[in-house]
Amino acid sequence: MAGGVAAWLPFARAAAIGWMPVANLPMPVAPTEKNKRQDELIILNVSGRRFETWRNTLDRYPDTLLGSSEKEFFYNEETKEYFFDRDPDVFRSVLNFYRTGKLHFPRYECISSYDEELAFFGIISEIIGDCCYEEYKDRKRENAERLMDDQEDNKDAKLPNMTFRETMWRAFENPHTSTMALVFYYVTGFFIAISVITNVVETVPCGSSPNQKEVPCGERYTVAFFCMDTACVMIFTVEYLMRLYAAPNRYRFMRSVMSIIDVVAILPYYIGLVMTDNEDVSGAFVTLRVFRVFRIFKFSRHSQGLRILGYTLKSCASELGFLLFSLTMAIIIFATVMFYAEKGSSSSKFTSIPASFWYTIVTMTTLGYGDMVPKTIAGKIFGSICSLSGVLVIALPVPVIVSNFSRIYHQNQRADKRRAQKVQKARLARIRIAKTGTSNAFLHSKRNGLFNEALEFTSSTEEEQRLKSTSLLESQHHHLLHCLEKTTNHEFVDEQYYQQSYLEAGLQNYSSRSPSLSSQDGVTGTCCTRRSKKHHTPLPNASAPAHLQPLTHTHTHHQGLQELSTIHIHPLSTSRSSLNMRVDGPASLNCQSNQITTAIISIPTPPVTTPDGDLSHQNVVKVSAL
Amino acid sequence: MLSAIWETEGLQTVGIVMLVFASIKLLHLLGLISFSEDSVEDELELSTVRHRPEGLEQLEAQTRFSRKELQILYRGFKNECPSGVVNEETFKVIYAQFFPQGDASTYAHFLFNAFDTDHNGSVSFEDFVMGLSILLRGSIQEKLNWAFNLYDINKDGYITKEEMLDIMKAIYDMMGKCTYPALREEAPQQHVEVFFQKMDKNKDGVVTIDEFIDCCQNDENIMRSMHLFENVL
Repeated sequence: MAGGVAAWLPFARAAAIGWMPVANLPMPVAPTEKNKRQDELIILNVSGRRFETWRNTLDRYPDTLLGSSEKEFFYNEETKEYFFDRDPDVFRSVLNFYRTGKLHFPRYECISSYDEELAFFGIISEIIGDCCYEEYKDRKRENAERLMDDQEDNKDAKLPNMTFRETMWRAFENPHTSTMALVFYYVTGFFIAISVITNVVETVPCGSSPNQKEVPCGERYTVAFFCMDTACVMIFTVEYLMRLYAAPNRYRFMRSVMSIIDVVAILPYYIGLVMTDNEDVSGAFVTLRVFRVFRIFKFSRHSQGLRILGYTLKSCASELGFLLFSLTMAIIIFATVMFYAEKGSSSSKFTSIPASFWYTIVTMTTLGYGDMVPKTIAGKIFGSICSLSGVLVIALPVPVIVSNFSRIYHQNQRADKRRAQKVQKARLARIRIAKTGTSNAFLHSKRNGLFNEALEFTSSTEEEQRLKSTSLLESQHHHLLHCLEKTTNHEFVDEQYYQQSYLEAGLQNYSSRSPSLSSQDGVTGTCCTRRSKKHHTPLPNASAPAHLQPLTHTHTHHQGLQELSTIHIHPLSTSRSSLNMRVDGPASLNCQSNQITTAIISIPTPPVTTPDGDLSHQNVVKVSAL
Repeated sequence: MLSAIWETEGLQTVGIVMLVFASIKLLHLLGLISFSEDSVEDELELSTVRHRPEGLEQLEAQTRFSRKELQILYRGFKNECPSGVVNEETFKVIYAQFFPQGDASTYAHFLFNAFDTDHNGSVSFEDFVMGLSILLRGSIQEKLNWAFNLYDINKDGYITKEEMLDIMKAIYDMMGKCTYPALREEAPQQHVEVFFQKMDKNKDGVVTIDEFIDCCQNDENIMRSMHLFENVL
């Protein structure tokens, strides 16, 4: 329950009077405050700076250091105050959390010192308010990456027992791990360069024979260039196959960008081999040669900067898209205008609107070739407007792209979009767990409280005190929920129990095998008539083992002596034991962590370890209190 | 010659376009048309409504709380609502915190209407404390009166079956889904039938305030539960 609304609990309880005329059942007794203290001021001395607050404020969050009895360790008898030898500036935020229910993260604070203080005071960082959460997460991520970068430098230590395949893969990914890898790295780089230069030189017109016109070198020294090409493609193919063999996940490797570039680079050669001297497709074959230039992209394995550039462009895709879209709009508008403005002038080059596109693009990007110029006055006016707006439209997205690039460059590689999704999910999951924690706390303490009542009859005071570990606030809240249960004649159960009982509403029979104490047979007609279980005599003393039998669930039926409200108790045993009785299914409850169960374990039940002890199974123990 | 005609026509087009833009600008200057949407600043001003409650002595006289109790109540109230008034949304949020498993908003709505005695859409500290004074320190008659007022949604002096059904559904909503035994659709309806059988003495289909108070005073359970929350503060 959020601490801030603790002050409204009296109101909520008072409003519960609205349910009273409607309820058919008697209400449970309200918890009394046995030792009611006047609200007092506590002094917290943090490294000399004194903070004062009400005791109730701190009690709002009983699972933190200041809200629990853990702060008694820091109590100073002489000065009657709690002394903490911690940072007073961060403590301000911590104390404000108790007061307002929201945890804030001050921007000037160092992230790791803040985390330490939170850990010390037992506050989880997920509850930082939405106003500060983004900042907190960003700083935390930066810090983590910085630490990771420091660690990566030490990561090149060779792990023992790596298979040949793994060694090869590591050699491919980190060339400076071994000399062989380095040699391989440089050789491939060299051959990429050779291949690219070959492609370029192929088209240069070489010296000509006197009687013929200039021919490109490629046609003059065909054989030489063919051999060169073959050699390069051989090397690339071998490299690709070796990478494919060494990859830990071949399917994923084949889908990666680099492997696609590799394939596209070598494929034209093989296609050319297959389709030589076929007149029909030779035109297409020539076009395929264009893809040989993709070999230059293989350099991106060798250059970090190239990879970063590629990543930047990918991450700025939206800005680039916006740029393209706005340019297209402007081009169409201005081309239309120019066409209609220049329509009348003689020998106008603006023969159609698509023809005007060229003029518009050249003008907006301030190229200005001069092959198309407007001749009319209107055309010139619109032309000048066109060039001015072109400058503006292009200038707008550029700073965004530049800043993106610099950000990525400084932080190297980040797969942060994927990670951010996971973090957000984890955070929401934790907050949801905290919320269900409150309802679970009620369910658990309901059983504890009733067990407590049962014990009271046996007047065993030590267990009593141990069980009274819930704060007054919580017990009042639970009493309120209990009243609601009585009003509507239904009980709160947790999710799993509900699922199970829902399923079993269709089942008919139950059998419970268990060691019986002194059981009596009895069937009572209840609202859940499908279950027939056995009764049980009242719990004789606390030391009786918890091998109790399940009881029938009686609501308000008058059954003579048995007419007491039967109570469910679920002892949570965190030990590895499932007592002999596996009681009909709905016994499986979640072992949720909570702070109340420590008392239950102290009950002197001998845990019976069965060979098939199941952690998740627990028992439904139903006791009738006299 | 053709070019001359086109040139003049081109210039005329330019002229017309400029005229249109100029007239639009003139209209904008005159405030007849606006290009931007309504600014958000207007909304912000309305939300900073401050309310200061009456003095401590007056409240002490009007309610049955002691000075200290009023102090405690006000501190809690002001902490959660610094502006001094609660509106319905905040009310629902606060009330929902106490019932994590179900949906408390409908019941909170009815509760809000019961507390907001002057029906101005917000509960000030005086309303709050008056309501609490009746609930915690009032006589049985006053408490039953308050409960009747809560159930009577349209405040016409009669509780009809429909009103009662609404209230009952709101209460059952607070339980949520995971209950034992599982919540059935007819449960609120049945509960309403039981209630009417008990309360509606002359079987005319509505429950008046006198029937209600009479019947409650004769029911031991209800009487006992009315005293349940007396030591809340």
